[in-house]
Amino acid sequence: MVRERRAARDGRRAREFEAFVAGAGGRLLHAATLLTGEPTGDTEAAERLLTAALARTYARWDRLRGEDPYDHTRRTLAALFAHRGHRYRRPRGGTLARLTPQERLVLVLRLYEGVAEEQTAAALGLPVERVRAICTRAVTAMRSAAARPGTTGTRPSAGTARSAGTSPSGGTSLSGGTPPSTGTTGTTDRRAATGATGAGTDAGAGAAEAGAGRADAGAGAEAGAGAAP
Amino acid sequence: MSFPDRKETEVRRMLEGPHPALPPDLAGRAAERGRRMLHRHQVVRTIGWLLLLAAVVAFGVWAAIVEPWAAPPPTDTTPPLEGW
Repeated sequence: MVRERRAARDGRRAREFEAFVAGAGGRLLHAATLLTGEPTGDTEAAERLLTAALARTYARWDRLRGEDPYDHTRRTLAALFAHRGHRYRRPRGGTLARLTPQERLVLVLRLYEGVAEEQTAAALGLPVERVRAICTRAVTAMRSAAARPGTTGTRPSAGTARSAGTSPSGGTSLSGGTPPSTGTTGTTDRRAATGATGAGTDAGAGAAEAGAGRADAGAGAEAGAGAAP
Repeated sequence: MSFPDRKETEVRRMLEGPHPALPPDLAGRAAERGRRMLHRHQVVRTIGWLLLLAAVVAFGVWAAIVEPWAAPPPTDTTPPLEGW
């Protein structure tokens, strides 16, 4: 009697879990691949990470009590990655390869998964301001990487020096000379298109961007480098 | 759209690149591992309950033999002082 009920529960759990993985597995694997910094073709570490997270979700399946299994898996994935972050310090390519593990984690949770700032902060045990700062820094790094696709590896730490040398405004006000959107000419088509649509707001947002300081130094450097010739 | 929003949308679009193919056996492997974890948890839980049961039985047996509640009541006078 007890045995029969247990077998029925096992079967139901296995079926539900299978359906869940079939539906959400692709997106979760992509998130894991972004975290581990692997190219799309070779996702071995991401698969290992995801398998560990999914196994924990399976073990908890009967006690989720209405909680979304996707949420649970994502939280477990983030916790496992944060715990093993040092293993993924040397990414092997992929979209986020130039970021640190922590920046990748915050970027994936905030932008890819759309988790709120407060929840991200709670999940990582960080203050909200810190999460916001990491996110801004990671976004800036990603955008400067997209602007200069040839450079890989190290961060653009020489950005301020370059803008001081080439921009006519002398580097005292990074966005004072030219609107940042003019610097996007000569990059990818997508960036050029978004730059054109946002040109009006860019000029007005110049003061705000200068106020943002270090976080926007990379964007300012692009503007200077693009506008000089 | 505000300026940081536009930047974030741009990066969001970068993150949405090509999805890797999900290996067909990943669900099975995860389920198998989860089943082992569940089994291990159940074993640990069973052992814990058995230990608790054994402790309760041992206490009962000891109490039945020793009967600590049946000790003589403490005397309320001190013994006489002699030999001074």
